[in-house]
Amino acid sequence: MRLANRCLAAASLAALAPCALAHVQSGRAAGFVTGFLHPVSGLDHVLAMVAVGLWGVQLGMPAIWILPVTFPIVMALGGFLGLLGVPLPGVEIGIAASAILLGAAVMTERRPPLYVAAALVGFFAIFHGHAHGTELPPGESGLLYSLGFVVATGCLHAIGIAIGSVHRWPAGRIALRIAGGGVGLAGLFFLWRAVA
Amino acid sequence: MRPRRSDVAVVVACGLALALCPVAVHAHLIETGLGPVYDGITHFALTPEDLIPALALALLAGLRGKDHARRVIFALPVAWLLGGIAGTLAGGPALAVPAWLPLLALGGLVAADLRLSPAVTTVIAIVLGVFLGYANGTAMAQAGPGLRGVLGIAGTVFVVTTLAAACVAAWQAGWMRIAWRVAGSWIGASGLLLLGWSLR
Repeated sequence: MRLANRCLAAASLAALAPCALAHVQSGRAAGFVTGFLHPVSGLDHVLAMVAVGLWGVQLGMPAIWILPVTFPIVMALGGFLGLLGVPLPGVEIGIAASAILLGAAVMTERRPPLYVAAALVGFFAIFHGHAHGTELPPGESGLLYSLGFVVATGCLHAIGIAIGSVHRWPAGRIALRIAGGGVGLAGLFFLWRAVA
Repeated sequence: MRPRRSDVAVVVACGLALALCPVAVHAHLIETGLGPVYDGITHFALTPEDLIPALALALLAGLRGKDHARRVIFALPVAWLLGGIAGTLAGGPALAVPAWLPLLALGGLVAADLRLSPAVTTVIAIVLGVFLGYANGTAMAQAGPGLRGVLGIAGTVFVVTTLAAACVAAWQAGWMRIAWRVAGSWIGASGLLLLGWSLR
C-alpha cells in the first residue's frame, strides 16, 4: 500500500511537470563536461590519482578518506598557481615521480605516519594541479569547469578505493601490490618521456 | 549561546569581503514563459553561483545538527527575500557576489567540520542571503520579473535548503558524514580554482 502511494505520488509529480523553455545562458554543461574530462585525459594523471585511492585503502582509516580529500584541495591550489601563471619547474618530472613513488608505496604497502602520507600526496598534487591550471581552456564557465575538474579527480580516487577494496582478501592484497608495481613502471616510462 | 570572539571575527571578515568584492554584471533572465515567479524559480535552480552556496550552507547546517539546520532553513530564505526586495527597489546596475568567495568559505568550513555555535551559523546564513538576494534583486529589477521573481527565488531557496539540510542532518552514520565533508572539500577546491580563474 505504501509503495502504491509512493508510485502514485511519483506519477502525479511526473504528470504535473511543466515544460522548460530554452534560456539565454549557454555553454554551461559544456564547461562541466570539459572540466570533468580534463583529469581523465592523461594516463599519468589517472594512474597517480587511482594510486592515491589504492594507498588509502592499504593504510586504512582515517587515511582512506584523508588522502583523497587532501589531493583535490592541494591540486586546486596548484591549479590556482597555474592559472595565475606562477612558474613551477619540473612539472612533468614531478607528475612522473608521483606515479613512481605512489606506485612503489602501494607495491611495498609502505605505512608511514598519516601526516607524512598526506604531505607526500599533497606535494605531488601541486604538480598535477599546476599542469591542469596552465592548460585550462578560455571561454568556458569557470565555476562548472572547476566543479567538473574537482569531481572527476574525486571520482578517480573513489575508483582507486573501490578497486582497493580487494585488500580484504589475501589474493587481493597481492593483486594490489602488483597493480602498484604497474603504476610505478608506468611512472618510470613517463619520467623517461619527460626527460628525453 | 553567545558566539565566541573568533567566530564573530570570521563572520565579520566574510561579510566585509562580500561587501567589498561585488562587481557590476550584465543581468540575464531565464524565461520560462510561465510568469515571473517561475522565472525566479528557474533562475535559482539553473544558476550554480546561487545554488551551490545555498547547498553548501545546508551541508554546513545539517552537519552541525538539527538546531543549526532549523535556524538556517528560515534565516537564509528570509534574508534572501529581504536582500532581494532591497535590490529590486534599489535597481541600478546588477551586482554579483564573486562566486569563489562563498564556495571557498563554506566548502572549507564543511570540509573542516568546524564546530560553530548556532548563532554564528545563523549570521552566516543572513550575510549570505542578504548579499546573494540583493544581487538577485538588482538582476531581477533589470531583467523584468522584479519582486515576484525574487519571491520565486526565496521560495526555492527554502525548499532546496530544507531538503538538503534534512538529508544531511538525518544521514550522518558511518561513511555518510565523511561523504558530506568530502563534498564540502570539493566545493572549497572548486572555489579556489575559480579564484584563480577570476584573477587570470
